[in-house]
Amino acid sequence: MSNISDLFRDSLASGRAALIGYLTAGDPGLDQTRMYAEALVEGGVDVLELGVPFSDPVADGVTIQASAQRALTSRTKLPDVLRLSSIIKKSLEAPVVILSYLNPIYRMGFRRFFEEASSSGVDGVVVPDLPVEESADFREEARRAGVDTIFLASPTTSDSRLDQILRASQGFVYLVSLLGVTGVRRELSPEASRLLERVRARRERPYLAVGFGVSSPEHVAALVKGGAEGVIVGSALVKIVEQNLSNPSKCSEQLQSFAAKLKEATKL
Amino acid sequence: MAGSYRLPDSRGRFGAYGGRYVPETLMEPLIELEEAYTRLRGDRTFREELEALLRDYAGRPTPLYFAERLTEKLGGAKIYLKREDLAFTGAHKINNALGQALLAKRMGKTRLVAETGAGQHGVATATVAARMGFRCAIYMGAEDMARQAVNVYRMRLLGAEVRRVDSGSKTLKDAINEALRDWATNVRDTHYLLGSAVGPHPYPMIVRDFQSVIGREIRAQILEKEGRLPDLVVACVGGGSNAIGTFYPFIEDRGVKLVGVEAGGEGLETGRHAASLAGGSPGILHGMYSYVMQDEHGQIKTTHSISAGLDYPGVGPEHAFLKESGRAEYVAVGDREALEAFLTLTRLEGIMPALEPAHAIAYVMEVAPTMRRDDIIVLTLSGRGDKDLDIVSQSIGGLF
Repeated sequence: MSNISDLFRDSLASGRAALIGYLTAGDPGLDQTRMYAEALVEGGVDVLELGVPFSDPVADGVTIQASAQRALTSRTKLPDVLRLSSIIKKSLEAPVVILSYLNPIYRMGFRRFFEEASSSGVDGVVVPDLPVEESADFREEARRAGVDTIFLASPTTSDSRLDQILRASQGFVYLVSLLGVTGVRRELSPEASRLLERVRARRERPYLAVGFGVSSPEHVAALVKGGAEGVIVGSALVKIVEQNLSNPSKCSEQLQSFAAKLKEATKL
Repeated sequence: MAGSYRLPDSRGRFGAYGGRYVPETLMEPLIELEEAYTRLRGDRTFREELEALLRDYAGRPTPLYFAERLTEKLGGAKIYLKREDLAFTGAHKINNALGQALLAKRMGKTRLVAETGAGQHGVATATVAARMGFRCAIYMGAEDMARQAVNVYRMRLLGAEVRRVDSGSKTLKDAINEALRDWATNVRDTHYLLGSAVGPHPYPMIVRDFQSVIGREIRAQILEKEGRLPDLVVACVGGGSNAIGTFYPFIEDRGVKLVGVEAGGEGLETGRHAASLAGGSPGILHGMYSYVMQDEHGQIKTTHSISAGLDYPGVGPEHAFLKESGRAEYVAVGDREALEAFLTLTRLEGIMPALEPAHAIAYVMEVAPTMRRDDIIVLTLSGRGDKDLDIVSQSIGGLF
């Protein structure tokens, strides 16, 4: 069992779904991201997901695109994000998941990336443009380094591919709640509950967490009621960062109090 | 290698290149597209319907024209121009747009999305959408909308919605990102009509196959005119659709040299160019493993070319394979040389080329004089230059 699956197990045992919070590393700077990560954990976030900024984030909507752009402007690169992980890990116990598009990882080299990720305390990696079919080498290196590989399943995923995805996912499987890209939404997509039911019906599967468009405590409560064992909140947090670019301490406060509200909604 | 070239393989690979690197939501739609295409490409009614449209609607076959005065002026090899500028809507893009639109219709889709750089693919897509009754949205970078304003107006007249892309470099690369995002959001009723031989499998194969009509016609036409195959075949390469369509029917003819001409912009040494094969390295962009322009940390670089259609930091995976296998050669030609070639062809032959194939013409002007008089060059003139007159007048207007 990994740190991530232990966390899910313990969280569920204490009557809560796991709360996963996303920040783009380096938005607007690495020091702020460290502060914000602490605020999120203080507020109740169980797993920190750190995004590596990429020039062409095709799975992301406008909020995270703009966030990645700010992080690139502050010159945040993949090695910086790994360093940030090791710094965060010194003071926080929360598992850290890195979210990166494939090219920065490919460019560093899979072996070197996973070795450095492992020594930086990274527990898992999500790559939104790496489907399971193309992932053999990637998973091999992750296994060697003892880092979880988290794959995504979407409402369009067929049953046969869903089985492959569930087998390849460690820690948790990332369920995409909707058709489309990340971003704050007013309503939850009806696709979310259908996908949840499909995945819950599988006998052998990792823990499941739902992300994309999960924006409010109400969404979290509805997903948990529908069987989500974890929820991933990204754009809604990044929006708080975006609205407080010149005021980091106010940003921390808002992130912490929003995380606390989300946490409240994770009760089973 | 007669009869042995059978790529891509079952995993969508051309050697190491290609594959399918997309968000999960797009995986099943790509598999569905691959299955539909595999089924329909052997289907007689589908082929006949496409052939009829290419002939009666798009004006094929396009002529293979002997450029007598250009040949005389250069004093070397005989130069033939494959006149894709005479295809309906003014460029080769209509070949693929018609093929994919028919495919989308058979798949029950009701809406098309596409990216466009120079606007030629956007116009071709808007045209087939009008002809076949699809709703249509075209993504175009803000910078390209400014430099190709006439094509924006054409698309709107045709009933397409042109959506301005303000992210990233505001050019073709970012338009593809937006089109992919749209497709993921509307995947149940929408077909993404990708315009170049790039992207995730099966696009590089589908676009190549629909564009191969160019090379097949060249083959038949040159055999009729000269009784033999050409010594050199040249095409410009942005994503590489007109080039792969031109090259593909000649891949097994080892005596035919294949040269792709990329956009050298202000010079490879300045970094301000769009020559992915000549100045990039292997990486992953837009769902494919191919040559891309990137920095040491894998961020995609901003490109530059005077030609919007070549201003792209990636290239089709089959070109990456043809480069590495040595079967094709890729060179870069700069903005200035392309403009000079534009003017030369206009003045000598009365043909105003688009700035994209003007790059290929510049290369031919360089090599033709070094070749023998009985050598034969075929150059694909992928589009006409009307759309570029603003850029040309801004760049060389001072001459007049």
